[in-house]
Amino acid sequence: MNIDNFKPAIVYTIYIASTPEKVWQALTTAEFSRKYFSGFAVEAELKVGGAFVARAPDGSVHISGEVIECVSPRKLTITWNVNWPALVEKLGPTLVTYEIEPVGDAVKLTLIQAHDRPIDDDILSGGRQGWPAILSSLKTMLETGEALIIKMEPPQRMLEALKKLGIGTP
Amino acid sequence: MRKPEFVYVTYIETTPEKLWEALTSSEFSRRYWFNTDVKSDWKVGSPFALVMNGTTTDVGEILEADPPRRLSYTFQQVLSEAASKERPSKVVFNLERHGKFVKLTLTHEGFAEGSKHLDGISKGWPAILSSLKSMLESGTALAIPPSALGIEGFDGL
Repeated sequence: MNIDNFKPAIVYTIYIASTPEKVWQALTTAEFSRKYFSGFAVEAELKVGGAFVARAPDGSVHISGEVIECVSPRKLTITWNVNWPALVEKLGPTLVTYEIEPVGDAVKLTLIQAHDRPIDDDILSGGRQGWPAILSSLKTMLETGEALIIKMEPPQRMLEALKKLGIGTP
Repeated sequence: MRKPEFVYVTYIETTPEKLWEALTSSEFSRRYWFNTDVKSDWKVGSPFALVMNGTTTDVGEILEADPPRRLSYTFQQVLSEAASKERPSKVVFNLERHGKFVKLTLTHEGFAEGSKHLDGISKGWPAILSSLKSMLESGTALAIPPSALGIEGFDGL
């Protein structure tokens, strides 16, 4: 897979009173992700070619991918494929990059969701809604010790757009 | 192609009333907005200004004020000559209560294609709103060095 073919579709930046090491740990371990990511457990084999998985609270694999770039604690690029039938076949793989940069006493975290083809706005609405909720909660968890519990449903316009393409949705 | 605009969403553990106060009070804005005072009487049609360390950087007019739900103003940079030649843009804050927290949606729109100002505000808002969220949740705003934002000509005056 040539990541040069991927263009950013969603970019979200958030500043966190924390250290790059703690942000990295929060992004890559189940113990933390369960708190800020709706109970989902992130399991990452932190080396290039390693497996990346996010499990739903019932233990099923919801997102699976592979580690593409891994520069602890500064940059992590993974493929992030939601396990809905025919999704990757129709939309291609989704590439997610986290960039972590110390600024003053804080950390600048930039999330980039990229695709190797144009993706409809209706489909991108899922990430546009989801990332701010996940990363707002992560910030609160790192700064106050308690994550935000934000109830999230996939946007209706995204589900309809996926269905039209013949992609299985819950 | 998407229209030239910047949209930022963040969730803050606070009430819409406290968030409204933080958006409209100089006492608060100084803490999270790079030493900037927000100046207005927040009535529709009234003038609006941002004053950073005593220097007016941006001016505008209040378009909508529906506390604590929606605030909108026009926005014209006056500090740099290049930016002040751009047409005024529009800032909209939407505050929605979600249980114990508030979903804040900022939309900054009305830019010309290729606007330099759009690039600058796209770098500035995430820092300002992240710091605002920290201030309301933990009591301490973030200390982000202005030079770290990578905005041409912006080093905090």
